Amino acid sequence: MAQSNVQLFEVFIRLKNGLNHQHVGSLHAENQQQAMDYARDCYSQSDELGNIWVVQSENIVSSQKEDRDSFFSVSDKPYRHASHYTLPDEIKNM
Amino acid sequence: MAPQVAKKDLSTHTLRYAVRLGDDALILGQRLSEWVSCAPFLEEDIALANVALDYIGRARMYYQYAASLSPHHKSEDDFAFLRGERDFENYLINELPRGDFADTIVRQLIVDIYNFHYLSALRHSKDQALAAIADKSHKETRYHLRRSRLWTVRLGDGTEESHQRMQRAIDEIWGYTHELFTQDSLEQLLVEKNIAVDTASLRTQWFTDISATFQEATLTLPDTEWAIHGGRKGYHTEYLGRLLSEMQFLHRSYPGCQW
Repeated sequence: MAQSNVQLFEVFIRLKNGLNHQHVGSLHAENQQQAMDYARDCYSQSDELGNIWVVQSENIVSSQKEDRDSFFSVSDKPYRHASHYTLPDEIKNM
Repeated sequence: MAPQVAKKDLSTHTLRYAVRLGDDALILGQRLSEWVSCAPFLEEDIALANVALDYIGRARMYYQYAASLSPHHKSEDDFAFLRGERDFENYLINELPRGDFADTIVRQLIVDIYNFHYLSALRHSKDQALAAIADKSHKETRYHLRRSRLWTVRLGDGTEESHQRMQRAIDEIWGYTHELFTQDSLEQLLVEKNIAVDTASLRTQWFTDISATFQEATLTLPDTEWAIHGGRKGYHTEYLGRLLSEMQFLHRSYPGCQW
Protein backbone atom coordinates (compact mmCIF):
# COMPACT_ATOMS: atom_id res chain seq x y z
CA MET A 1 0.00 0.00 0.00
CA ALA A 2 1.37 3.42 -0.88
CA GLN A 3 2.33 5.27 2.25
CA SER A 4 0.02 8.11 1.18
CA ASN A 5 -2.95 5.81 1.86
CA VAL A 6 -2.06 5.16 5.46
CA GLN A 7 -1.74 7.23 8.57
CA LEU A 8 0.35 6.75 11.67
CA PHE A 9 -1.43 5.67 14.85
CA GLU A 10 -0.19 5.31 18.42
CA VAL A 11 -1.30 2.24 20.33
CA PHE A 12 -2.09 2.10 24.04
CA ILE A 13 -2.98 -1.09 25.86
CA ARG A 14 -4.45 -1.64 29.31
CA LEU A 15 -3.79 -5.17 30.45
CA LYS A 16 -6.15 -5.20 33.42
CA ASN A 17 -9.00 -3.14 34.75
CA GLY A 18 -7.71 -0.56 37.19
CA LEU A 19 -4.32 -0.16 35.55
CA ASN A 20 -3.41 2.64 33.19
CA HIS A 21 -3.27 2.33 29.45
CA GLN A 22 0.37 2.15 28.42
CA HIS A 23 1.90 3.24 25.17
CA VAL A 24 3.17 0.14 23.39
CA GLY A 25 4.12 1.42 19.95
CA SER A 26 2.81 2.76 16.69
CA LEU A 27 1.55 1.38 13.40
CA HIS A 28 0.28 2.34 9.96
CA ALA A 29 -3.34 1.86 8.97
CA GLU A 30 -5.88 3.30 6.61
CA ASN A 31 -8.41 4.28 9.24
CA GLN A 32 -9.33 3.84 12.89
CA GLN A 33 -11.03 0.49 12.37
CA GLN A 34 -8.06 -1.02 10.58
CA ALA A 35 -5.72 0.50 13.16
CA MET A 36 -7.64 -1.32 15.87
CA ASP A 37 -7.40 -4.62 13.98
CA TYR A 38 -3.67 -4.24 13.41
CA ALA A 39 -3.14 -3.19 17.03
CA ARG A 40 -4.63 -6.49 18.04
CA ASP A 41 -2.45 -8.37 15.59
CA CYS A 42 0.79 -6.52 16.23
CA TYR A 43 0.74 -5.70 19.93
CA SER A 44 -1.58 -7.92 21.91
CA GLN A 45 -1.18 -11.55 22.84
CA SER A 46 -4.20 -13.63 22.04
CA ASP A 47 -4.72 -14.60 25.68
CA GLU A 48 -4.82 -11.02 26.91
CA LEU A 49 -8.30 -9.71 27.53
CA GLY A 50 -7.36 -6.08 27.89
CA ASN A 51 -8.49 -2.85 26.37
CA ILE A 52 -6.88 -1.11 23.39
CA TRP A 53 -6.80 2.55 22.43
CA VAL A 54 -5.61 3.76 19.06
CA VAL A 55 -5.02 7.45 18.48
CA GLN A 56 -3.93 9.17 15.31
CA SER A 57 -0.38 10.33 15.99
CA GLU A 58 -1.08 13.75 14.51
CA ASN A 59 -3.69 14.34 17.24
CA ILE A 60 -1.08 14.09 19.95
CA VAL A 61 0.25 17.38 21.26
CA SER A 62 3.85 17.06 22.35
CA SER A 63 5.84 19.32 24.64
CA GLN A 64 8.69 21.17 22.97
CA LYS A 65 12.29 21.43 23.99
CA GLU A 66 12.08 25.19 24.48
CA ASP A 67 9.26 24.72 27.02
CA ARG A 68 11.53 22.69 29.24
CA ASP A 69 12.41 25.48 31.66
CA SER A 70 8.87 26.61 32.38
CA PHE A 71 7.39 23.10 32.45
CA PHE A 72 9.90 21.08 34.38
CA SER A 73 11.61 23.42 36.88
CA VAL A 74 9.62 22.14 39.83
CA SER A 75 12.44 20.60 41.85
CA ASP A 76 12.37 23.61 44.20
CA LYS A 77 8.59 23.31 44.71
CA PRO A 78 8.15 20.24 46.95
CA TYR A 79 4.57 21.28 47.76
CA ARG A 80 3.62 20.18 44.25
CA HIS A 81 4.44 16.55 45.00
CA ALA A 82 2.29 14.15 46.95
CA SER A 83 5.37 12.25 48.09
CA HIS A 84 4.73 12.89 51.79
CA TYR A 85 1.72 10.61 51.95
CA THR A 86 2.28 7.02 53.00
CA LEU A 87 0.34 4.59 50.85
CA PRO A 88 -1.62 1.71 52.38
CA ASP A 89 -0.13 -1.68 51.51
CA GLU A 90 -3.28 -2.69 49.66
CA ILE A 91 -2.64 -0.12 46.95
CA LYS A 92 -0.19 -1.67 44.55
CA ASN A 93 -0.60 0.34 41.39
CA MET A 94 -0.15 4.00 42.25
CA MET B 1 -35.09 -46.65 7.39
CA ALA B 2 -31.48 -45.50 7.53
CA PRO B 3 -29.02 -48.36 7.24
CA GLN B 4 -27.50 -49.47 10.50
CA VAL B 5 -23.87 -48.56 10.79
CA ALA B 6 -21.59 -50.50 13.08
CA LYS B 7 -19.99 -48.40 15.79
CA LYS B 8 -16.54 -49.25 14.51
CA ASP B 9 -17.39 -48.00 11.03
CA LEU B 10 -18.78 -44.79 12.39
CA SER B 11 -15.54 -44.15 14.24
CA THR B 12 -13.54 -44.84 11.05
CA HIS B 13 -15.74 -42.43 9.10
CA THR B 14 -15.46 -39.75 11.77
CA LEU B 15 -11.69 -40.14 11.76
CA ARG B 16 -11.57 -39.59 8.03
CA TYR B 17 -13.91 -36.60 8.27
CA ALA B 18 -11.72 -35.01 10.96
CA VAL B 19 -8.64 -35.56 8.80
CA ARG B 20 -10.39 -33.87 5.86
CA LEU B 21 -11.20 -30.83 7.96
CA GLY B 22 -7.61 -30.84 9.19
CA ASP B 23 -6.38 -31.00 5.57
CA ASP B 24 -8.50 -27.98 4.60
CA ALA B 25 -7.06 -25.99 7.49
CA LEU B 26 -3.44 -27.10 7.12
CA ILE B 27 -3.18 -26.51 3.38
CA LEU B 28 -4.74 -23.06 3.56
CA GLY B 29 -2.58 -22.18 6.59
CA GLN B 30 0.55 -23.24 4.69
CA ARG B 31 -0.49 -21.18 1.67
CA LEU B 32 -1.17 -18.10 3.79
CA SER B 33 2.16 -18.45 5.55
CA GLU B 34 3.84 -17.90 2.17
CA TRP B 35 3.06 -14.20 2.69
CA VAL B 36 5.36 -13.97 5.70
CA SER B 37 8.03 -11.33 4.99
CA CYS B 38 6.49 -10.26 1.67
CA ALA B 39 2.99 -8.93 2.42
CA PRO B 40 2.15 -5.43 1.13
CA PHE B 41 3.28 -3.78 4.36
CA LEU B 42 4.51 -4.76 7.79
CA GLU B 43 1.23 -4.56 9.72
CA GLU B 44 -0.59 -6.67 7.13
CA ASP B 45 2.31 -9.13 7.12
CA ILE B 46 1.80 -9.77 10.83
CA ALA B 47 -1.99 -9.93 10.49
CA LEU B 48 -1.77 -12.52 7.68
CA ALA B 49 0.71 -14.58 9.67
CA ASN B 50 -1.72 -14.61 12.59
CA VAL B 51 -4.50 -15.89 10.36
CA ALA B 52 -2.14 -18.56 8.96
CA LEU B 53 -1.31 -19.65 12.50
CA ASP B 54 -4.99 -19.83 13.40
CA TYR B 55 -5.45 -22.30 10.53
CA ILE B 56 -2.42 -24.38 11.46
CA GLY B 57 -3.65 -24.50 15.06
CA ARG B 58 -7.04 -25.60 13.78
CA ALA B 59 -5.44 -28.36 11.70
CA ARG B 60 -3.62 -29.61 14.80
CA MET B 61 -6.87 -29.85 16.76
CA TYR B 62 -8.56 -31.87 13.99
CA TYR B 63 -5.52 -34.13 13.50
CA GLN B 64 -5.11 -34.70 17.23
CA TYR B 65 -8.73 -35.75 17.45
CA ALA B 66 -8.30 -38.03 14.41
CA ALA B 67 -5.18 -39.50 16.03
CA SER B 68 -7.18 -40.29 19.18
CA LEU B 69 -9.63 -42.29 17.03
CA SER B 70 -6.90 -44.06 15.11
CA PRO B 71 -6.60 -47.78 15.77
CA HIS B 72 -3.02 -47.65 14.44
CA HIS B 73 -1.83 -45.06 17.00
CA LYS B 74 -1.16 -42.43 14.37
CA SER B 75 0.05 -39.01 15.51
CA GLU B 76 -0.84 -35.56 14.24
CA ASP B 77 2.59 -35.43 12.55
CA ASP B 78 1.80 -38.63 10.64
CA PHE B 79 -1.26 -36.94 9.16
CA ALA B 80 0.52 -33.70 8.34
CA PHE B 81 3.91 -34.89 7.15
CA LEU B 82 3.81 -38.54 6.17
CA ARG B 83 0.95 -38.70 3.67
CA GLY B 84 1.26 -38.17 -0.04
CA GLU B 85 -0.73 -35.99 -2.38
CA ARG B 86 -3.46 -38.58 -3.08
CA ASP B 87 -4.06 -39.07 0.65
CA PHE B 88 -4.93 -35.43 1.22
CA GLU B 89 -8.65 -34.76 0.84
CA ASN B 90 -8.81 -30.97 1.15
CA TYR B 91 -11.02 -28.87 -1.08
CA LEU B 92 -9.04 -27.66 -4.10
CA ILE B 93 -9.71 -23.99 -3.38
CA ASN B 94 -7.34 -24.20 -0.40
CA GLU B 95 -4.35 -25.42 -2.41
CA LEU B 96 -4.45 -22.88 -5.26
CA PRO B 97 -1.31 -20.73 -5.42
CA ARG B 98 -1.06 -17.67 -3.25
CA GLY B 99 -1.28 -15.41 -6.30
CA ASP B 100 -1.25 -11.67 -5.77
CA PHE B 101 -2.86 -9.94 -2.81
CA ALA B 102 -6.23 -9.76 -4.61
CA ASP B 103 -6.18 -13.55 -5.18
CA THR B 104 -5.50 -14.07 -1.50
CA ILE B 105 -8.23 -11.71 -0.33
CA VAL B 106 -10.86 -13.16 -2.67
CA ARG B 107 -10.07 -16.72 -1.57
CA GLN B 108 -10.16 -15.65 2.08
CA LEU B 109 -13.53 -13.97 1.64
CA ILE B 110 -15.04 -17.06 -0.01
CA VAL B 111 -13.57 -19.42 2.59
CA ASP B 112 -14.28 -17.16 5.58
CA ILE B 113 -17.98 -16.78 4.76
CA TYR B 114 -18.15 -20.54 4.15
CA ASN B 115 -16.39 -21.31 7.43
CA PHE B 116 -18.52 -18.83 9.31
CA HIS B 117 -21.66 -20.81 8.46
CA TYR B 118 -19.95 -24.21 8.45
CA LEU B 119 -18.53 -23.82 11.95
CA SER B 120 -21.81 -22.37 13.24
CA ALA B 121 -23.43 -25.64 12.20
CA LEU B 122 -20.56 -27.87 13.36
CA ARG B 123 -20.88 -26.38 16.85
CA HIS B 124 -24.09 -28.40 17.11
CA SER B 125 -22.49 -31.66 15.98
CA LYS B 126 -23.39 -34.71 18.00
CA ASP B 127 -19.67 -35.39 18.12
CA GLN B 128 -18.57 -33.37 21.14
CA ALA B 129 -14.92 -33.11 20.15
CA LEU B 130 -15.77 -31.68 16.73
CA ALA B 131 -18.31 -29.32 18.31
CA ALA B 132 -15.66 -28.02 20.71
CA ILE B 133 -13.13 -27.42 17.92
CA ALA B 134 -15.82 -25.61 15.93
CA ASP B 135 -16.69 -23.42 18.88
CA LYS B 136 -13.11 -22.23 19.29
CA SER B 137 -12.53 -21.85 15.55
CA HIS B 138 -15.70 -19.88 14.98
CA LYS B 139 -14.40 -17.04 17.15
CA GLU B 140 -11.27 -16.84 14.99
CA THR B 141 -13.25 -17.00 11.78
CA ARG B 142 -15.43 -14.06 12.84
CA TYR B 143 -12.26 -11.97 12.93
CA HIS B 144 -10.90 -13.41 9.68
CA LEU B 145 -14.16 -12.56 7.95
CA ARG B 146 -14.13 -9.01 9.26
CA ARG B 147 -10.66 -8.61 7.69
CA SER B 148 -11.44 -10.18 4.34
CA ARG B 149 -14.73 -8.30 4.02
CA LEU B 150 -13.13 -4.92 4.67
CA TRP B 151 -10.23 -5.67 2.31
CA THR B 152 -12.66 -6.78 -0.42
CA VAL B 153 -14.57 -3.51 -0.18
CA ARG B 154 -11.37 -1.45 0.07
CA LEU B 155 -9.81 -3.02 -3.03
CA GLY B 156 -12.96 -3.63 -5.08
CA ASP B 157 -14.14 -0.07 -4.60
CA GLY B 158 -10.59 1.28 -4.65
CA THR B 159 -8.50 2.28 -7.64
CA GLU B 160 -9.05 1.14 -11.21
CA GLU B 161 -6.17 -1.32 -10.90
CA SER B 162 -7.23 -2.77 -7.55
CA HIS B 163 -10.77 -3.22 -8.89
CA GLN B 164 -9.51 -5.00 -12.01
CA ARG B 165 -7.28 -7.32 -10.01
CA MET B 166 -10.11 -8.23 -7.65
CA GLN B 167 -12.51 -8.92 -10.50
CA ARG B 168 -9.91 -11.08 -12.28
CA ALA B 169 -9.29 -13.00 -9.05
CA ILE B 170 -13.02 -13.69 -8.64
CA ASP B 171 -13.38 -14.83 -12.26
CA GLU B 172 -10.44 -17.23 -11.89
CA ILE B 173 -11.47 -18.81 -8.59
CA TRP B 174 -15.24 -19.02 -8.95
CA GLY B 175 -15.26 -22.49 -10.53
CA TYR B 176 -13.64 -23.89 -7.39
CA THR B 177 -16.50 -22.77 -5.10
CA HIS B 178 -19.01 -25.39 -6.29
CA GLU B 179 -17.01 -28.21 -4.75
CA LEU B 180 -17.62 -26.72 -1.30
CA PHE B 181 -21.29 -27.71 -1.52
CA THR B 182 -21.05 -31.28 -2.76
CA GLN B 183 -20.55 -34.22 -0.41
CA ASP B 184 -19.70 -37.86 -0.97
CA SER B 185 -21.46 -40.82 0.66
CA LEU B 186 -19.10 -40.76 3.65
CA GLU B 187 -20.05 -37.21 4.60
CA GLN B 188 -23.71 -37.79 3.76
CA LEU B 189 -23.77 -40.68 6.17
CA LEU B 190 -22.22 -38.51 8.89
CA VAL B 191 -24.77 -35.80 8.11
CA GLU B 192 -27.54 -38.35 8.75
CA LYS B 193 -25.93 -39.13 12.09
CA ASN B 194 -25.83 -35.39 12.96
CA ILE B 195 -22.04 -35.49 13.09
CA ALA B 196 -21.03 -33.71 9.87
CA VAL B 197 -22.33 -30.45 8.42
CA ASP B 198 -24.78 -30.59 5.53
CA THR B 199 -22.97 -28.17 3.22
CA ALA B 200 -25.75 -27.94 0.63
CA SER B 201 -27.91 -26.31 3.30
CA LEU B 202 -25.34 -23.50 3.70
CA ARG B 203 -25.26 -22.54 0.07
CA THR B 204 -28.09 -20.00 -0.05
CA GLN B 205 -26.82 -18.07 2.96
CA TRP B 206 -23.24 -18.19 1.68
CA PHE B 207 -24.34 -16.88 -1.70
CA THR B 208 -26.43 -14.09 -0.16
CA ASP B 209 -23.54 -12.94 2.01
CA ILE B 210 -20.96 -13.02 -0.74
CA SER B 211 -23.27 -11.22 -3.18
CA ALA B 212 -23.86 -8.45 -0.64
CA THR B 213 -20.14 -7.92 -0.09
CA PHE B 214 -19.39 -7.98 -3.82
CA GLN B 215 -22.13 -5.46 -4.42
CA GLU B 216 -20.72 -3.15 -1.77
CA ALA B 217 -17.30 -3.59 -3.37
CA THR B 218 -18.68 -2.84 -6.89
CA LEU B 219 -17.59 -6.32 -8.00
CA THR B 220 -19.71 -8.68 -10.09
CA LEU B 221 -20.37 -12.39 -9.84
CA PRO B 222 -19.12 -14.29 -12.87
CA ASP B 223 -21.70 -16.06 -15.01
CA THR B 224 -19.29 -18.82 -16.02
CA GLU B 225 -20.46 -22.41 -15.86
CA TRP B 226 -17.22 -24.30 -15.20
CA ALA B 227 -16.84 -26.22 -11.98
CA ILE B 228 -13.91 -28.30 -10.73
CA HIS B 229 -14.26 -31.14 -8.25
CA GLY B 230 -11.90 -33.77 -6.89
CA GLY B 231 -10.35 -32.64 -3.60
CA ARG B 232 -12.43 -34.92 -1.39
CA LYS B 233 -11.44 -37.85 -3.62
CA GLY B 234 -7.74 -37.05 -3.46
CA TYR B 235 -7.58 -35.73 -7.04
CA HIS B 236 -5.62 -32.51 -6.87
CA THR B 237 -4.32 -29.65 -8.93
CA GLU B 238 -0.66 -29.64 -9.93
CA TYR B 239 0.01 -27.17 -7.11
CA LEU B 240 -0.54 -29.42 -4.10
CA GLY B 241 2.47 -31.67 -4.72
CA ARG B 242 4.88 -28.77 -4.63
CA LEU B 243 3.26 -27.34 -1.52
CA LEU B 244 3.60 -30.71 0.22
CA SER B 245 7.22 -31.21 -0.78
CA GLU B 246 8.13 -27.84 0.73
CA MET B 247 6.04 -28.43 3.86
CA GLN B 248 7.12 -32.04 4.45
CA PHE B 249 10.75 -32.20 3.40
CA LEU B 250 12.21 -31.47 6.82
CA HIS B 251 10.16 -34.09 8.59
CA ARG B 252 10.85 -36.64 5.89
CA SER B 253 14.59 -35.90 5.80
CA TYR B 254 14.95 -36.02 9.58
CA PRO B 255 12.17 -38.34 10.77
CA GLY B 256 10.88 -37.49 14.22
CA CYS B 257 13.09 -34.40 14.51
CA GLN B 258 12.26 -31.92 17.26
CA TRP B 259 13.31 -28.35 17.81
